[in-house]
Amino acid sequence: MRLTKWLIGEGSFYAAVITLVTFAAFPFYWMLITTFKTDADLYNLKSNPYWFNTAPTLEHLRYLFQETLFLHWLYNTAIIGVCVVAITLVVALPAGYSLARMSGRGGESLGIGIFLTYLVPPTLLFLPLSRVISALGLQDSLWSLVLVYPTFTIPFCTWLFMGFFKSIPREIEEAAIVDGCTIIGAFVKTILPLSVPGILTVIIFAFTLTMQEFVYALTFISSSDEKPVTLGVATDLVRGDIFYWGELMAAALIASVPVAIAYNLFLDRFISGITGGAVK
Amino acid sequence: MTAITAVGPRARNPRFLLDRADLIGPLLLAPAILYVFILVALPFVLALYYSVSAFTIFDPSYRFVGISNFVDVMRSDIFRRTLINTFVFTIGAQVIGLLLGKFAAMLLIKEFPGRGLARALVVLPWAVPVSLATLAWQWMFDSLYSVINWTLAAVGLISPDNHLQWLGQQDLAMLAVTVVHAWRLFPFGVVIFIAGFTSVPKDVLDAATVDGAGFWRRNYQIILPMIAPIVMIALIFGTVFTFTDLSVVYLLTKGGPMNGTQVLGSLAFQVGIMSGDVAHGAVICLFLFPFLLIAVVAVLRALRRREI
Repeated sequence: MRLTKWLIGEGSFYAAVITLVTFAAFPFYWMLITTFKTDADLYNLKSNPYWFNTAPTLEHLRYLFQETLFLHWLYNTAIIGVCVVAITLVVALPAGYSLARMSGRGGESLGIGIFLTYLVPPTLLFLPLSRVISALGLQDSLWSLVLVYPTFTIPFCTWLFMGFFKSIPREIEEAAIVDGCTIIGAFVKTILPLSVPGILTVIIFAFTLTMQEFVYALTFISSSDEKPVTLGVATDLVRGDIFYWGELMAAALIASVPVAIAYNLFLDRFISGITGGAVK
Repeated sequence: MTAITAVGPRARNPRFLLDRADLIGPLLLAPAILYVFILVALPFVLALYYSVSAFTIFDPSYRFVGISNFVDVMRSDIFRRTLINTFVFTIGAQVIGLLLGKFAAMLLIKEFPGRGLARALVVLPWAVPVSLATLAWQWMFDSLYSVINWTLAAVGLISPDNHLQWLGQQDLAMLAVTVVHAWRLFPFGVVIFIAGFTSVPKDVLDAATVDGAGFWRRNYQIILPMIAPIVMIALIFGTVFTFTDLSVVYLLTKGGPMNGTQVLGSLAFQVGIMSGDVAHGAVICLFLFPFLLIAVVAVLRALRRREI
């Protein structure tokens, strides 16, 4: 009696988990299977869409890499990501340190103020920024994104750094200063080496945030050569009015995988960042 | 509150400027403030200016026209439709996302084999770039080869000849964009609820159980009030992201059919960028602002409550 009850309990628990995971992950299964299906199989109303009805093919992948700008878009994304990460580190690292150590009570309010700019959405700013970008002559250039993306990475990463530095005891720098270092010297010699995990987190997050952005890229860039991968795939793999779903899904899958992995690895730090350190 | 102060002979050191925390502090902070000020605050002022001018990309004049742009926008039927859609979209996606998020968190907080994998898969919709994930949905909603229609027909809910036009029929399209956005958002709810649940001290719950509190009482009178501030912050972020979204709608329906799924973001894009009418586009964007302001105040209050 008790065993049956337990089995039913376990059974419904796992059924719930499986339903949930299916809802979340099904579109990714769909990308995967579409990538390797032949066109004859994809566009056949009679065949079961969940599995292969003809032998799997690598044709879509070949086409994607050889006949489209996909690799070039990946390269553009890498350039934008690296530059944005560099700008973010240079600006947010000192700012985070300053807020954590040298700005007192006013610093706390300033910190919250900076954090709140993360709530300002691209939708509010893309119109005036598109005029600013064209006034600067950066229209249709990936450098426009390098300039604009730090507006959302800097606030968020400053906030992350602030929390991170606050968790390091003050006594460490004070000891270095007593030993004759300047404030900057103490920071470089004692705090930076301890901050490597924090810096890594910020690098990953600044990079994934730039990869996820879509609105600014859509607004500023229209020539195929300059597009990041998320924009190029969504707009340029559709030829005429025809969607080439094999190539589209292959591209979406390949570009998604690295972001998904990075995100999962650093998820916990992101959460404590966004909840303002409410969860320790 | 100056944390690090140089004292004694070091003050006469030639490098003494680098030893004064009150100088270095603002200096280190200045680039961040300037960057955000120049590229967030100034463009916002520019948007305010566009909204009262006759600026289009074909006629970039800053001629002042007062509030006539606002009057034009508010008189338009499409705009009223858009405003309603935006609220339906936002509230719908929040309710689905939050309920699903809480439910999922209650499942995933238990220890079971495969929990790590399940959590990683559940987080996917939120981690993957929106434009790529939305493409997969677009393919699933295909007018002819939709896997959803195939499945519904296979289990006998619709006839095989009935190709539901998920993105081509106003009510279905509204449902589709809302569900896709809820799908994107719910993992965020999951991780927030999990973080909240694990932050509730075990001894508090044990004490409550000893005192006779049952499952519901523990849930709604102890856990929920304790995690309320962070759930609040998550809810506000979710609302802001949904309310101001333009990616999902743009990619799935471009606001169509016949403006049936138009939201503020997509309408502003269509008017301000596609048609080049920057002035009216700016007005539409500015309707987001009062809601953002409310959100900011709410976040501040939640943050303060957390500190007490």
